[in-house]
Amino acid sequence: MMSELQKQDIQFTINGKKWQGKVHPMKRLLDTIREDIGLKGTKEGCGEGECGACTVLMDGKPVMSCLVPVCQADGHEILTIEGLEEQGKLHPLQESFVKEGGAQCGICTPGMILSAAAYYNDPRIAKDLPESISGNLCRCTGYTKIFSSCHHAMDKKESCCGGKK
Amino acid sequence: MRNYLQDYRILSCHSLKEAVLALQETPTPVPIAGGTDIMVYLNYHRLPVGTYLDLTSIPELKTSIEIREKEVVFSALTTYMDVRLNSFFASNMQMLSQAAQVVGSIGIQTRGTWAGNIANASPAADGVPALMAYDASLILVCASGEREVSLADFYHGYKKMDRKQQEIISKIKIPIPQIKSREYYRKVGERKAQAISKVILAGRLALDEQKKIQHIRIVYGSVMPYTYRSRTTENLLLGKELTQDTIHQAVRQIGEELKPIDDVRSTAHYRRKVAQNLLQEFLEG
Ligand SMILES: Cc1cc2nc3c(=O)[nH]c(=O)nc-3n(C[C@H](O)[C@H](O)[C@H](O)COP(=O)(O)OP(=O)(O)OC[C@H]3O[C@@H](n4cnc5c(N)ncnc54)[C@H](O)[C@@H]3O)c2cc1C
Ligand code: FES
Ligand code: FES
Repeated sequence: MMSELQKQDIQFTINGKKWQGKVHPMKRLLDTIREDIGLKGTKEGCGEGECGACTVLMDGKPVMSCLVPVCQADGHEILTIEGLEEQGKLHPLQESFVKEGGAQCGICTPGMILSAAAYYNDPRIAKDLPESISGNLCRCTGYTKIFSSCHHAMDKKESCCGGKK
Repeated sequence: MRNYLQDYRILSCHSLKEAVLALQETPTPVPIAGGTDIMVYLNYHRLPVGTYLDLTSIPELKTSIEIREKEVVFSALTTYMDVRLNSFFASNMQMLSQAAQVVGSIGIQTRGTWAGNIANASPAADGVPALMAYDASLILVCASGEREVSLADFYHGYKKMDRKQQEIISKIKIPIPQIKSREYYRKVGERKAQAISKVILAGRLALDEQKKIQHIRIVYGSVMPYTYRSRTTENLLLGKELTQDTIHQAVRQIGEELKPIDDVRSTAHYRRKVAQNLLQEFLEG
């Protein structure tokens, strides 16, 4: 049967927990996360896929949540910046952004870290680190400290886990 | 909820059959795949109100890339990232992995589909020239059946294509090259990521034992109002030896043949010159 309701039951996993709600299917995943779920770490910059501020991971891969109608997230796994830490311990990328000064105003930071985290977990998705964050724009840092933050985390991973997965 | 959302309806379907029947409604629902073109319009309040059909809900369209003996088959939902993650392409059909890598950024490549790139019909589409240079064809389905169209014959003007509103591109079939050929794919844009092309050239070239050109494809993106395969210049080259003289003739010919667009991204003059330079680079190898 075809469903054509104004609002629809949507459910997905977000940061490891099941979420369920009634939302208009065309509502942006970005707005659902911020307004319905109440997680404000995901930011809106351009609203047209260009800046990466709204990046979240869907099934482990970066997506621009401003371009995802929420019905297409139904049944999938979403990770936002709030879900990146594990058992109260920051992800190595988060840690090194703090240590190396990778964030200034912080608007780009959640998206930047999630894009880098996707590459950190699965290096096949980009040629190299710069490409993995090439869709994430920063107006503040000039990128140098973002790169050094990411490289620090990656180097640590390689020295502790014996190189790329 | 943004109040304008109530003007939109999204259909999800449990089968392709149900979907093509839904497309019989008037006004015809508009398919949405990765949404990387459509959602930009929504966010700018420029998306026509009406009914949209969520292709990601259709089980038959979810099949991943099929690699057969003589052809590769993409489904409607095959993304650029699917191609990047499949090692077959980097070693066998390089232009497809190159095209996949120049689209937008990683977060666009994970969502954007090849079929969406075709149906959006932008002259600047990066995926289309590569597909066309490999002689791809499309399977279009609607309630009355399906048909196959060659991508090279699909466009005939700015955003004009051989697709009825009721048709879904269900598959893209791409023959695997059976002769060894030189391949060339280059996108010229403002920067590496998140740039809309000013000129794209996708080309394939094979020489026979006498060093004569036995196979040639020359496909331009972002130059003409639609992705353009230059059959005239191909014909000029076919059967000829690939000498400097032949190359010069082809470069001159393409300069006369192209009627480039002039827009915010670049001038017609620049596009013609770059189109010629790329052809020269391609042919000189
Ligand atoms: C920030 C950004 C950067 C981009 N960069 C590039 C770039 O570098 N190069 C490039 O080529 N493009 C680029 N694009 C455009 C876009 O990502 C591509 O055209 C993409 O391939 C569209 O696919 P989609 O699945 O997201 O399409 P959608 O937005 O879902 O649909 C696009 C159009 O195709 C129709 N459609 C989709 N699937 C089908 C189908 N199976 N059958 C019939 N009709 C269908 C839809 O009705 C709609 O008209 C960019 C977009 C953004 C937002
Ligand atoms: S807000 Fe989504 S990419 Fe800029
Ligand atoms: S820290 Fe301000 S935009 Fe990057």
